[in-house]
Amino acid sequence: MTDHGALAQRAPRGAVLWWSRLEQRLDRAFGASRNPLRQSGTLAFLALWLLAVSGVWLYAVLDTSAAGAYASIARLSDAPWSAGGLMRSLHRYAADAFVVFTALHLLREAVHGRFQHFRRFSWLTGCALLPLVAVSAVGGFWLNWDRLGQFSATATAEWLDALPLLAQPLARNFLGAAAVSDRLFSLFVFVHLGVALLLVFGLWFHVQRITRAAVFPPRALAVGTLATLLGLCVLAPVASQGRADLGVVPALLSMDWILLFVHPLMYATSAGFTWTLTLGAFGALVALPFVPAPVRAPVAVVDPHNCNGCRRCLADCPYAAITMVPHPLPQRGAELAVVDADLCAGCGICAGACPSSTPFRSTARLVSGIDMPQFPVDALRRAVQRALRSPEPVPIIAFGCAHAADISCLAAADVLAVPLLCTAQLPPSFIEYALRNGARGVLVASCHDGGCAFRLGARWNAERLAGTREPYLRARVPRTRVLPVQADIGEESRLREALRVLRARTIAQGARAEQARPAPDA
Amino acid sequence: MPEPATPRSAARAVGPRAWFGQVLLYALFALAIGVFSHWPTYRHLAAGAALIKLSLVHAGKPLGECRERSAEELAALPPNMRAPTVCPRKRSPVTVELDIDGAPAARIAAPPSGLSGDGASAVYRRLTVPAGERLIAVRLRDDARSAGFAYTLERRVTLAPAQVLVIDFDPGAGGITLQ
Repeated sequence: MTDHGALAQRAPRGAVLWWSRLEQRLDRAFGASRNPLRQSGTLAFLALWLLAVSGVWLYAVLDTSAAGAYASIARLSDAPWSAGGLMRSLHRYAADAFVVFTALHLLREAVHGRFQHFRRFSWLTGCALLPLVAVSAVGGFWLNWDRLGQFSATATAEWLDALPLLAQPLARNFLGAAAVSDRLFSLFVFVHLGVALLLVFGLWFHVQRITRAAVFPPRALAVGTLATLLGLCVLAPVASQGRADLGVVPALLSMDWILLFVHPLMYATSAGFTWTLTLGAFGALVALPFVPAPVRAPVAVVDPHNCNGCRRCLADCPYAAITMVPHPLPQRGAELAVVDADLCAGCGICAGACPSSTPFRSTARLVSGIDMPQFPVDALRRAVQRALRSPEPVPIIAFGCAHAADISCLAAADVLAVPLLCTAQLPPSFIEYALRNGARGVLVASCHDGGCAFRLGARWNAERLAGTREPYLRARVPRTRVLPVQADIGEESRLREALRVLRARTIAQGARAEQARPAPDA
Repeated sequence: MPEPATPRSAARAVGPRAWFGQVLLYALFALAIGVFSHWPTYRHLAAGAALIKLSLVHAGKPLGECRERSAEELAALPPNMRAPTVCPRKRSPVTVELDIDGAPAARIAAPPSGLSGDGASAVYRRLTVPAGERLIAVRLRDDARSAGFAYTLERRVTLAPAQVLVIDFDPGAGGITLQ
């Protein structure tokens, strides 16, 4: 049975379902918390750190003159397995990996529709980084000044010349060897390094509106990715393609299609078509957050009479939407939580963290210090009470995230299925409350690690149940009667399996309790 | 009655199949990066072809003649702006014609740059031609008030495969140049 009806779980769209199934396949190999698709953002950061380390090494040996650049890098290629040779190859492959991971990260967020409302800032700042990535990546090839660098520099100049910006064509800078001066190389250095520094600065903005931003993947995944890239460096070291000669067209090139695809595309079509395609795609990405969206979820509301300024909501909010101010009612506490409506995701994690959300309070109407208007803790308590106090009490309560596997699939005569805004909206005291009021078992379903729709909900929920994060599930609650399970969209079978296990456990425990009962006097 | 087992969590995948899966996926990732950072080879210019770059920057002649201001005109101007000669700013477009082996290959009329049309005209055009001996004829007109071409050049050149021939304009070197 589903009782409260406060939250209706929407059926996932095709793309979300498809992506979730893809992630679930990779879960089998990597585990959810180390799944490269779920960690695409942190893997992009890892690639960036590798680029920084290898880039500093290369810059130390690079002769930044037009005449000396090629020889200084070609020396590294002569000893591909030396530290310098490995760094040169790692720099290239890390750049390729960075673009791939960034594209996966963007695609994942787009598929899940994570670009509107409170996510608009992160989306737009992420979009602004894309041109910086492209410029810095392409500019890196010029510094080497081999035939591929010559091709890329000339192609870029011819592409820019298609825009009516300059009185003289940039491509004239590459008509002959005399035109390529050391001053032009200084510009190359700025394009590659200066823009890369801007990219790092921009990333700081990109993660501004989230708390505990992960800028490094889980260690095992980082080690695996690094080992893979280093293995690639050894097996297929990157080599220069001959010194640039502007009197000869580099007719046949070993092409990095991941980073330089735009050049062949331009020559296969036209500069105008390529600009239209590029600007059109970029414009579409920027416009996405402004497409009319479903009505935004109500945001958290603070009740000053029940907020004592404990800061747990501040600590748990994944989007830095909560700040603390001096309490207007000093007898209630020193500080008061304040919700920034623009930043609030409406996930309810703060309500789950609030100590005043405990259902054991004796007030007729449960009012929490911070709560969600669309599904307050009072409605949650009433739903549980109705199920447990009915003439036919429901023995199993199943709480689940409305963004994960559909918890309502468990609804049955002996199961109350309660979808939540996020699993971490559930104060752990509700589990104890249900068990002390007649429930035989409680199932708590969440998204997978690293797959939480609100970033940290699954993690906070697991830590609360494990007793390592406040508010704890108290130690005296029998863990055999509580079953946490992680199940994403489309993994309803995992929920059913967990319910089967919980039912069997509660039956076994009931039988043991029956056996332990003293026999009636003969 | 034994306790039923908890459903295996997907948080940590363990076991030989998981390890094999990881190795396979890392290998596929390396393969994708390794292949597409080098392959397929890109052919920028067809075998046996050469490239001609017609590129020049040259300011056309003014469209009108300079003239002397009258005394009345000078008197009407502020003292610091009383230049006796006034010239029209707008310049002629630069017209370039290129024939290769007697056939027209490019006909370009490049307008002057600048908001007032008083800047230099710029031309940049890539032309792919078969390598070998070619007769190059270039004509340039920089004065819209005259019918003919002020600068011409005709030369037979031998282009090696993949060679770049630059057609430029350098007044100091006599006008049209081939590099």
